[in-house]
Amino acid sequence: MRIVFKTDYMQDLRPWKDGYQLSLYLILIAVAIAAPFVVDAFFLGELTNVLIWALAGLGLMVLTGHTGQASLGHAAFLAMGCYANIILIEAGVPFVLAFPLAGIITGVVGMLIAIPALRLHGIYLAIATMAMSILVDDIIVLTEPWTGGVGGKYAPSINVFGLMIDRWGTPVEFYFLTLGVTILVTLGYINLLRAPLGRSFIAVRDSEVSAQAMGVDVARTKAISFGVSCAITGLAGALMGLFAGAFNNETFSVVISIQLLMMIVIGGLGSIHGAFLGAIVVGFLPQFLSIAKEWVGAVIGGSNVAIPGLEFGIFGLILIVFILFEPMGIYGRWLKIRTWFELFPFYRKDMFKRQKSYLKTERLR
Amino acid sequence: MSLLELENVTLKFGGLTAVDNLSFSVEEGEVFAIVGPNGAGKSTVFNLISRFYTPVNGSIRFDGHDLLAEKASSVASYGVARTFQNIELFEHATVLENLLVGRHRHRGSNFLTELFFTPSVRKQELQSRHFVEEIIDFLDLQAYREKRIAGLPYGVRKVVEVARALATDPKLLLLDEPASGLSVEETTDMRWWIDDIRRQMGITVLMVEHDMGLVSGVSDRVLAMADGARLALGTPSEVQSDPAVIEAYLGKAS
Ligand SMILES: Nc1ncnc2c1ncn2[C@@H]1O[C@H](COP(=O)(O)OP(=O)(O)O)[C@@H](O)[C@H]1O
Ligand SMILES: [Mg+2]
Repeated sequence: MRIVFKTDYMQDLRPWKDGYQLSLYLILIAVAIAAPFVVDAFFLGELTNVLIWALAGLGLMVLTGHTGQASLGHAAFLAMGCYANIILIEAGVPFVLAFPLAGIITGVVGMLIAIPALRLHGIYLAIATMAMSILVDDIIVLTEPWTGGVGGKYAPSINVFGLMIDRWGTPVEFYFLTLGVTILVTLGYINLLRAPLGRSFIAVRDSEVSAQAMGVDVARTKAISFGVSCAITGLAGALMGLFAGAFNNETFSVVISIQLLMMIVIGGLGSIHGAFLGAIVVGFLPQFLSIAKEWVGAVIGGSNVAIPGLEFGIFGLILIVFILFEPMGIYGRWLKIRTWFELFPFYRKDMFKRQKSYLKTERLR
Repeated sequence: MSLLELENVTLKFGGLTAVDNLSFSVEEGEVFAIVGPNGAGKSTVFNLISRFYTPVNGSIRFDGHDLLAEKASSVASYGVARTFQNIELFEHATVLENLLVGRHRHRGSNFLTELFFTPSVRKQELQSRHFVEEIIDFLDLQAYREKRIAGLPYGVRKVVEVARALATDPKLLLLDEPASGLSVEETTDMRWWIDDIRRQMGITVLMVEHDMGLVSGVSDRVLAMADGARLALGTPSEVQSDPAVIEAYLGKAS
């Protein structure tokens, strides 16, 4: 078992526990930087896709994983970020400005929507946000002069400090752009989590009454969380639009909202790792399924049968399995496996068991 | 002027009068206990001071401020901290993180400085940590510092709640049944801690407690309540020998 010796409070302020963990993260970043020179263009596209989904996952993780507010409407904010980015670029704003602006606009709009929406709790908030996601489809159609409506829009190639980047023409550059944005957002996220704001998110998630008693303004904290969440999601949406090349009112459907929520649940709620692990599952599931289908087709001898909705169905199945057997997601499972190895042979089965807690209604008495 | 003053406070839940025209005041530096049978309205008094509920009439003043003009999250910023009868900790955070949330009212940073974790945020975090570590030492929580609340035994959680309240650096500490569910040894510890909180830290304590040994051991004055109203107020021995209190606890002798 690896024991971290602490001799200084600074050690707990750093985002990594010790030199060992830091080197793991550095190796991971090095692998990500080396990837384009090793893998082919198709696989690089898949990696880019995973990173964009991870970014969107980080966005929803702020709200759902760390602040405890479920949203089934985040595709709306993907759409908002995507359209804001493209509309600004078409208006002549350079990409390096349009991109962060798209994030900020989405964040501010998200925060404004949050003020009435966050008076709702749990399932009601989920339903309200889902309704919003459905509405966005119509709004895009209604605002056709700006959004192109049903006909949609094409993403132009973007100019990053004189370098023209295009998802098809220069996939390596596009990958690095996505990687850079993802790393920067992750670093900002880590910073918030080790500062008072991040802790107040967690406080609101775990107990609103005692957060209040500690001086945390619950409504304000939720609104800020919604804003941060939507801003990150907006950035992901902008990249998603550029990556897709073309998009219309149906690109960011409510199905994407649901998939995003499923993704972070599978990855592990309440951890940055969870967003990335979930994105890997979402990103590679289609490939995995098509390989599996070919294999099944070869075994049973039939030709490739197309089953509509198979991917989404399997995804739902995985979600149910996780909710039943591993509510802490892939990251939670990994923590358990790691603890098992570290403590071998002293691991106890009930080590991660949840304690009985009081019913919410009894709490204030 | 008293530190905390409640005057003619009344609160109704539908037809039930949970707090009935109640007045009392807590002086700076004392330990003030509220006793009374279950359902007497003791926790409701705490929730009124915390501004979770708004009374139908009456006034609540703390340290010269009208608390009824404030929202719940501002009460802490005047220096009122509390614990809950049915432990309300941040379950999926560590003990250390729980205590650091207690530092929230001293936050001098904002969204942007925290996003970039500027040197000033770093300095603030180190200061918070120093403050919190003193409380960890005071309440002997060193062994649990990095543990998540979700796996901790009941007795430890009770102490963590007190620690988190102390981390806010309060003037007034509200303890709702600090010894309920604790073993005899843990109750003895709690007794000395409450004494030290008052004497060493100079914090005024208002507590609800059923354990009369603890109440008479630490408190200067006791308020006995029944059905939301005041039965008796005085020193622990005065209240314990008050006929109305004996009647409320034991029923009328026939
Ligand atoms: N939120 C609430 N809604 C309705 N009734 C409540 C609520 N909180 C407390 N009560 C009622 O008010 C009375 C006083 O409760 P409480 O203050 O918790 O008593 P205790 O003195 O045991 O702490 C009880 O009859 C209780 O059922
Ligand atoms: Mg009570």
